[in-house]
Amino acid sequence: MSSIDSRRTGRRQILKGAGALATAGVIGMPAIVKGQSGAIKIGVPTILSGRVAVLGQTSVGGLKVVFDKVNETGGINGRKIELVVRDSKGAPQEAAKVTRDLINNDGCQIIIDAEASSGAFAVQEVIREIGVLCIHSNSETSSLTADPKLHVPTAFRTARQGIHDAIGGGDYAAKIAKAKGLKKWATCSPDYAYGRSNTAEFMEYAKHFDGNIQVVEESWPKLFQPDYTEVVTKVLNAKADAMYSALWGGDLVAFIDQANLYGLFDKQASFMVNLGDYGVVDQVKQFPQGVYSGGRYNRTVPPTKENEEWYQNYVKTQKHKPTNWSWENDVAAQMVVEALKKTNGDTNGKKLAEVIKGMTIKTQFGVGGSVTMRAEDNTLVNYIIGYGVSLSKEPYIADFQTSPWEPIYELEKQWKKKQGYAS
Amino acid sequence: MDLDALMRCVGTTSCIVTQLTSGMIIGMLLFLIASGVTLIFGVLNVINFAHGSLYMIGAYAAWTFYQLTGSYFISALGAAVAVGMLGVLFERFLMSKVYGSNVLMQLLVCYAVVLISDDLIKIIWGPVSLSMGMPVEFRLPPLRFFGGVVPPFYIFMIVAAMAIGLLLWLVIARTRFGNIVRAAAVNGPMVSALGIRVNLYYAAVFGIGSALAGAAGALAAPVRSLTPGMGFSILIESFIVTVIGGMGSIVGAFVASIIIGLTRSFGSIGFPLFVDGVMFLIMALVLIFKPSGLFGRPHNK
Repeated sequence: MSSIDSRRTGRRQILKGAGALATAGVIGMPAIVKGQSGAIKIGVPTILSGRVAVLGQTSVGGLKVVFDKVNETGGINGRKIELVVRDSKGAPQEAAKVTRDLINNDGCQIIIDAEASSGAFAVQEVIREIGVLCIHSNSETSSLTADPKLHVPTAFRTARQGIHDAIGGGDYAAKIAKAKGLKKWATCSPDYAYGRSNTAEFMEYAKHFDGNIQVVEESWPKLFQPDYTEVVTKVLNAKADAMYSALWGGDLVAFIDQANLYGLFDKQASFMVNLGDYGVVDQVKQFPQGVYSGGRYNRTVPPTKENEEWYQNYVKTQKHKPTNWSWENDVAAQMVVEALKKTNGDTNGKKLAEVIKGMTIKTQFGVGGSVTMRAEDNTLVNYIIGYGVSLSKEPYIADFQTSPWEPIYELEKQWKKKQGYAS
Repeated sequence: MDLDALMRCVGTTSCIVTQLTSGMIIGMLLFLIASGVTLIFGVLNVINFAHGSLYMIGAYAAWTFYQLTGSYFISALGAAVAVGMLGVLFERFLMSKVYGSNVLMQLLVCYAVVLISDDLIKIIWGPVSLSMGMPVEFRLPPLRFFGGVVPPFYIFMIVAAMAIGLLLWLVIARTRFGNIVRAAAVNGPMVSALGIRVNLYYAAVFGIGSALAGAAGALAAPVRSLTPGMGFSILIESFIVTVIGGMGSIVGAFVASIIIGLTRSFGSIGFPLFVDGVMFLIMALVLIFKPSGLFGRPHNK
């Protein structure tokens, strides 16, 4: 074949250029939503671009639904709440930088960290230094609040926690496994803190409830990986009875599109904790039927009038469907509003933290209509957890089974002891 | 490292077939992009660091044409032609201004194009990822060969990429156009002195290279999420391919693409946490023992 002569530019220059391009690629320009003076400024580092931009979009939607309502009714002691939202592009170092900028340059008094776990740990360290109130509204990695070494007194979490989903999901999966004889399992989850810990915890509890389960293959695609071909074929070659995946957002959409080509979902039972969310449902063109899906957000779960009204109001005001991140941020916003009311608008981190600790609020996202910020580890409990079976059309999830919280509390205590998080 | 799993895989025909085709799929997409990079570099002696953006625009263009026409083949063709035309404009109005300049100047121009195109994508198509979904023509059950599983769309993808590569080689090696292009690559001013408008050929080559990226984007669109910035990661891999194969060599890009594709497909079984490391290791070894690349000509001083 032809080889075209090259004379003037050498390989070293190309490699230099490629290196410079790689460096330039991780440097981003922040998108700033500027605020007005006099208002209570709440900074929101999140992901607004790229494969998982839906996380940022629907997180901000969840916050706006609450704060817009508060502002329409006069704000907090006459002060409006103003959101200052910035894009970290999913890069941890950028999440930390953006959070510092929000506090130091934009004058934000409170942070609602709507980052994924990849950025949340970096934000946590910034909060440790500066001491403002921070609510992690999206990070599900258990250690963020469970590990006492990471504890920050003014940092809380309204996101669901991996260990809670793992215990509830493990119990559900074990019942299915026993009924269908699913012994050999493969896993396929993103290679970062959330994917690793979530998968380990789910499989630990699936095995706890069914001793016959064994993991025969593990795949760890990178976060935001564009091509899953080799991952899909690896899972396929494992010839497992079942697969568990903690892929989420756009990554999950790409995985499903590529797995469908190989008929992966017809060859084994699949458990996907993040499947049944509108952000995924609306993106996947051939939504798989019969996959066991974790409960994220669905307008029929719980099947109440309040939930349907909340869904309708969200769609009407935000012009897109809500996701799991929407309700988690809705709860974060409600807790911030309640705390500000109790401190008469004082935004001091310590004072706000004191009132949020142990706070219970009424919400349709909680079992029995309420959720609580557990005082012992600053994390949300009593929210609705469960699994259902995916449908290819509305309501997309059927036979949803809510997990009871008492066994979750009990097993979580044991898990914490085992991890060295509690004595 | 799980070399036992790798050994088990190479001991079964089903696994070999599945992983071989998986490697070819990964490789052929890379080949289309890398062949554009190597063609443009070989003739124009510029490194198009914005090539990943052309791939991204190709994917978005295919998505849009698909929404409008409902025909995947028209969409793929339309995307390749549209990106080719965009490439000609890019070459005429921007890249031609930095021919012969320092590589960092070329990099700056390209990086500006990358940022602008990413933002334009966000403005036009939105920041949230899009999914084309599998075209109706390819919504078929996967085929089985010797127990291995191969999706019909991926067979089309491999055949299409190979056909495009063969056509490119024929054009460059066997046509008058190719002769002029190769002559211009060696000595542009001499070709110009013969009364040939070399600038037109330069623009055409840039357009063809861009069309290859557009075609790659269109082939990827049914199976990959479309997001602003999606061209960046594949650009890095295509540069690895270009360096391994040899700058300016189309056959080198072909062979190196298959090497990288197979490394990724079999590596995901045998050394899943070190696949990227092995890819860079191969590149380093090539640079040490054959600095011009596997099929590149030694650099003239």
